[in-house]
Amino acid sequence: MSVISQCFESLQARSQCALIPFITAGDPDLETTAQALRVLNKSGADLIELGVPYSDPLADGPVIQAAATRALQRGTRLEAVLEMVQGISPTLQSPIICFTYYNPIINRGIKPFLQQLAQAGVAGLVVPDLPLEEATDLLLPASDLGIDVTLLVAPTSSSERIATIARQSQGFIYLVSVTGVTGIRSGLEARVQVLLQQLRQVTDKPIGVGFGISQPEHARQVKDWGADAAVVGSAFVKRLADGTPQQGLQAITEFCHSLKTALLP
Amino acid sequence: MTTTPLSPNSQSTAQRPDTLGRFGRFGGKYVPETLMPALSELEAAYQQYRHDPAFQQELQQLLQDYVGRATPLYFAERLTARYAQPDGTGPQIYLKREDLNHTGAHKINNALAQVLLARRMGKQRIIAETGAGQHGVATATVCARFGLACVIYMGVHDMERQSLNVFRMRLMGAEVRPVAAGTGTLKDATSEAIRDWVTNVETTHYILGSVAGPHPYPMIVRDFQAVIGQETRAQCQEKWGGLPDILLACVGGGSNAMGLFHEFVDEPSVRLIGIEAAGEGVDTEKHAATLTQGRVGVLHGAMSYLLQDEDGQVIEAHSVSAGLDYPGVGPEHSYLKDVERAEYYSVTDQQALSAFKRLSELEGIIPALETAHAIAYLETLCPQLGGTPRIVINCSGRGDKDVQTVAKFLNPA
Repeated sequence: MSVISQCFESLQARSQCALIPFITAGDPDLETTAQALRVLNKSGADLIELGVPYSDPLADGPVIQAAATRALQRGTRLEAVLEMVQGISPTLQSPIICFTYYNPIINRGIKPFLQQLAQAGVAGLVVPDLPLEEATDLLLPASDLGIDVTLLVAPTSSSERIATIARQSQGFIYLVSVTGVTGIRSGLEARVQVLLQQLRQVTDKPIGVGFGISQPEHARQVKDWGADAAVVGSAFVKRLADGTPQQGLQAITEFCHSLKTALLP
Repeated sequence: MTTTPLSPNSQSTAQRPDTLGRFGRFGGKYVPETLMPALSELEAAYQQYRHDPAFQQELQQLLQDYVGRATPLYFAERLTARYAQPDGTGPQIYLKREDLNHTGAHKINNALAQVLLARRMGKQRIIAETGAGQHGVATATVCARFGLACVIYMGVHDMERQSLNVFRMRLMGAEVRPVAAGTGTLKDATSEAIRDWVTNVETTHYILGSVAGPHPYPMIVRDFQAVIGQETRAQCQEKWGGLPDILLACVGGGSNAMGLFHEFVDEPSVRLIGIEAAGEGVDTEKHAATLTQGRVGVLHGAMSYLLQDEDGQVIEAHSVSAGLDYPGVGPEHSYLKDVERAEYYSVTDQQALSAFKRLSELEGIIPALETAHAIAYLETLCPQLGGTPRIVINCSGRGDKDVQTVAKFLNPA
């Protein structure tokens, strides 16, 4: 069983909904990213999504776009991100999920890329611009290396697509809660509940909901609707980027606690 | 003059792209899941209406009465004389006058056809990206014509160098949204248009302006621009009873080139030449010569050649012409390059500016700076040619929009 599946199994045994914070690697610098991973790990994160900064993040809203731009301007390189993860991952309980666009993967070559991830101790991979039809080349070699490639379901996905994606997705299924890009939104769309029910009918795999979850009440809401995980991105990235690194780390520590508290049974 | 036969493994024109949207290894649909149903819906609508008599009739009527087609195939006598040999031989140069279309470029062929599709799909809101502003103007135009809400994404840098087109779009009721991300050019405007589409996909049709982007766009835009090559074939037949020998067009994303080439891809005697922007030179960091300098990658939904760094980060392109300032290229061009059916070369900003002046002086035709790249390549090509081959250049747009930019270069303050 994969690291991510084990993680969800243990959470489900305790009737817990997972909290998955997202941060952008290299914003403001990789040292702060490493510290952020440590504090999130200690403050209630069950898994952590780590975004690899990319020049053209077309699934991301302004907050994560800006973080990626800052990270790239500081010269953040994939090599250095993975080196940092390799150093820190053995000390973390929370499995690391790498979030990256497809071009950096094929630029390196799918197998070499996956081998580097595995070596760095990364447990999962989310590629927002790689839909089911194009994912085949990635899914098989990833499972050989024990890395889960998690596919996304959107509010616009047909029921046939939902069923196929659910079958192929590894570790969990990532339900995009809005038609839109990542970002902070004031409320959750009620159709998320319907989508969760629809997904539940076709899969036993854990379901994580993300894009637009930015408050403890949102997290609580998706938990009550039956989600197995809440992914919170822009709201963490924004807090970490505000003020000095120390202030940012303090802010995400508190925020992480408040989200986890909201998710407790 | 040699022509390269298609390799045995190449797909025939009729099968390109395949059902997954592939031109060989290029193309595909690398987009967020949210857009996948919309792409399928668009493809289904296109397959339904492309042969529908009512759709075709409406389109043909508008192309004739509103756009002003067919555009002339014009014999450029003084340009031809420039490249004549002492013995009287030399290439015969013709211009396919897409600059005479309503709105001044080939872009309206596609914008008009897509808006007719969008109406049949029940979409009331239209978005588009634009670089030089020609596609934005064409889209704003057809939206005004049909009373549809229209939002155009344009890089801040391009808005500055193409301010005339910004004014035209706004005059026709379009909202022009500035994009400041990245270098504020076409790449960033396209990303922002895709983000809008992801967000408003249920009510909005995205009129992509080039043969780029996810399937089915490269196919749809090519087919809607193919009228350029179809008319050219008929006009060549009428003028000299045969095929052209060489087709020449500029390539940014590549829609005017694909529009001219498509009809002739299966005619092995016709040489296809695409010209990219070399900016300040392909050996500098400031160019947009994707096919000559790029490596295979994924940008804006398609696998194609791409200007990228060692880490797979997309590199900002550079060209004096906003319409060629794009680090990607349409996937079918990558395919035609790989199977050696088409040839791709590049010319610098300086060469293009000289050609801009030359065509103005010799023919009384002020070309778009994009088009000037194709014109510029005559300087290299013509001395290599023997006999009297007939060259058709796609005169893809007119240059009114560029006079301020060119004035700055020709008379620096």
